[in-house]
Amino acid sequence: MAQVQEPPKPAPTEPPDDLASLAAGRAAVSPEIVADTFGEYVRASFARLRAGESGVLPVIVGLLLISVIFQSLNSKFLTAGNLVNLLVQGAVFIMLAMAEVFALLLGEIDLSAGYVGGIGGIVVAELLTSQHGSWPWWGACIAGLTLCALIGALQGTIITRLKLPSFVVTLAGLLIGQGVMLLILGNGGTLPINNGVINDLANGLLTPAAGWVVMAAVVGLFGALTWFRDARRRRSGLVAPPVGLTVLKIVAAGVAGSVLVIICNVDRGVLVPIQGVPWVVLIVLAVLAMWTLLLGRTKFGRYVYAIGGNAEATRRAGVNLAAIRTVSFMLCSFTAGIAGIIYASRLRSVSTNLDGGTLVLYSVAAAVIGGASLFGGRGRPIHAVLGGLVIAAIDNGMGLQGFSAAAKYVVTGIVLLAAVTIDSVARSGRRANTPP
Amino acid sequence: MVSTRVDPLEASDGKHPVSLLELRGIDKHFGPVQALTDVALEVPAGQVTALAGDNGAGKSVLIKCIGGIHVAEAGQILWEGHPIHIRSPRDSAALGIETVYQDLALCDNLDIVQNMFLGRERTRSVLLDEESMELAARDTLASLSVTTVRSIRQPVASLSGGQRQAVAIAKSVLWNSRLVIMDEPTAALGVSQTEMVLELVRRLADRGVAVLIISHNMNDVFQVADRLAILHLGRMVAAGPASTFDRQIVVDYMTTGQSTRHSQAIFPSAEGQS
Repeated sequence: MAQVQEPPKPAPTEPPDDLASLAAGRAAVSPEIVADTFGEYVRASFARLRAGESGVLPVIVGLLLISVIFQSLNSKFLTAGNLVNLLVQGAVFIMLAMAEVFALLLGEIDLSAGYVGGIGGIVVAELLTSQHGSWPWWGACIAGLTLCALIGALQGTIITRLKLPSFVVTLAGLLIGQGVMLLILGNGGTLPINNGVINDLANGLLTPAAGWVVMAAVVGLFGALTWFRDARRRRSGLVAPPVGLTVLKIVAAGVAGSVLVIICNVDRGVLVPIQGVPWVVLIVLAVLAMWTLLLGRTKFGRYVYAIGGNAEATRRAGVNLAAIRTVSFMLCSFTAGIAGIIYASRLRSVSTNLDGGTLVLYSVAAAVIGGASLFGGRGRPIHAVLGGLVIAAIDNGMGLQGFSAAAKYVVTGIVLLAAVTIDSVARSGRRANTPP
Repeated sequence: MVSTRVDPLEASDGKHPVSLLELRGIDKHFGPVQALTDVALEVPAGQVTALAGDNGAGKSVLIKCIGGIHVAEAGQILWEGHPIHIRSPRDSAALGIETVYQDLALCDNLDIVQNMFLGRERTRSVLLDEESMELAARDTLASLSVTTVRSIRQPVASLSGGQRQAVAIAKSVLWNSRLVIMDEPTAALGVSQTEMVLELVRRLADRGVAVLIISHNMNDVFQVADRLAILHLGRMVAAGPASTFDRQIVVDYMTTGQSTRHSQAIFPSAEGQS
């Protein structure tokens, strides 16, 4: 017994990576963790692309491709006015897709998100009216989002405790949600919103100067956090990306932020000047940051990925699967509520025209196009943002060309099919690259 | 073998000190099927105990009873001589029992560090403390001389079978497990990887950990085991130091439940029944 709990001997400081075997190209590994210099990183990235592990690059390339195509068809596509419009239109898809990521990561799906969001919008709109006591805008939002979270928790509880498939439970949620909306609004009913703050969520703009200040603050914060984290990891001899990559990331964030502000600050008004960054962009960024932190840096997030990867292993590790799943569905519905409020804000009203079924299918498509896996365990909130932009760009670009709704559905369907095919092929690529 | 074998049992006048884990009279049935009948087993610290038996002999049921996945219907479990109850995986984990199942129970989409700390992540306030976890994981792997992995931040999906076993074993070292149970650790491995895993098992025992290993493979059993226990149709038919067995005897016990060649009287309870 004397030998039990012998302290681990200090590690010899051996180089953790065998770059010779890396160069051999058996790389299903993130290049960030095997490269010491920037050049190696680039080479490792290509090896990884060939191995079927793609990251966000294909989506960005796809987005650029779509932009080029639509711009060549219609020179209005890349004007400042249309791009800002596209961002605002895309915000609802993006937000719903971020909601859907919580379900997809578990290998589940939430079909009710569209109508749950709609109900969130209705609650906010109702509470703002005088016959419900003219709640302050924030009170109405808290009430609406709380209700959405409760709906999600209820669905999650049914799914986990009764062990029913999420597809069926949330399908029921979709139908019930649609019914409840009709019940509250009446057939063909519309509920206008007269609150300035709520309407500004999607329609309000920052002043050009404020846009720059906010952008500088966001990029500065991101840059500082990234730099100090990577520097600390390098100092303590941990696996860390090369300096060049850290710099590149920060510069890319700065360039993207500047381009965004420049585009938004162009005067796109016809009679009166209209310029500035829409508030909704900040809301999307805030939610993106929040969920990225939650999923990437907390125990909860780790368990969500673990369940998606191997639920049985996670259970044996002592994780309470039911609790994690239920909270995931709750956060999914909560985020859908934010999407619903933005949707209501953009139209300055809630009406029975809200098609929660189509919205939710678009949002699942967006998440998958962005790079989240339908099979669980893979995907990040940023994927939802990129995928939402792709969907919005297709929708917007085809609208500009005067294509019918029918054509839009067909094209979106084809893009989704392509994305899922790529996901599936990538999976088999990964399997083929896995040594026995 | 790799290094000197520590044998606390033989050190103390040939008389057993208390084994880390001792089972007495374990019964378990599933409906009409009697899976285990009056099974007794001793697992001393610092030694590798091999559990052998044909398919359906009850090896998996037995380790699941120790791991808390099944609960035995009758019998006693002693931990360092004190009777205890193991009713859930949580109970067995609290004692320091780590079970490495055949499917390894690793999450393919998580990296090595994330898998080693799964369920027991270190945090700084609410955020994960990735750095201290990564350092601890690296030190543990290095102390076991597991250096074949390219990066401990690579997803487990990209590892070979032997490397995956190594991660699972390192996990038990990281958690200062006192008893590590392994279900067919070499079943799916090639020759060199089997060698690597067996060396790891040996190193684990040399650290004072009690290792209980299920194996069909006679080469593995005789290469790594200090003690042998053989199940046949849910009964423990023989148990004792590996040196008192040879291959033929083990095969006899596994297939027929007895051996005419085996002279040593091993297990009073097993003898009583047969």
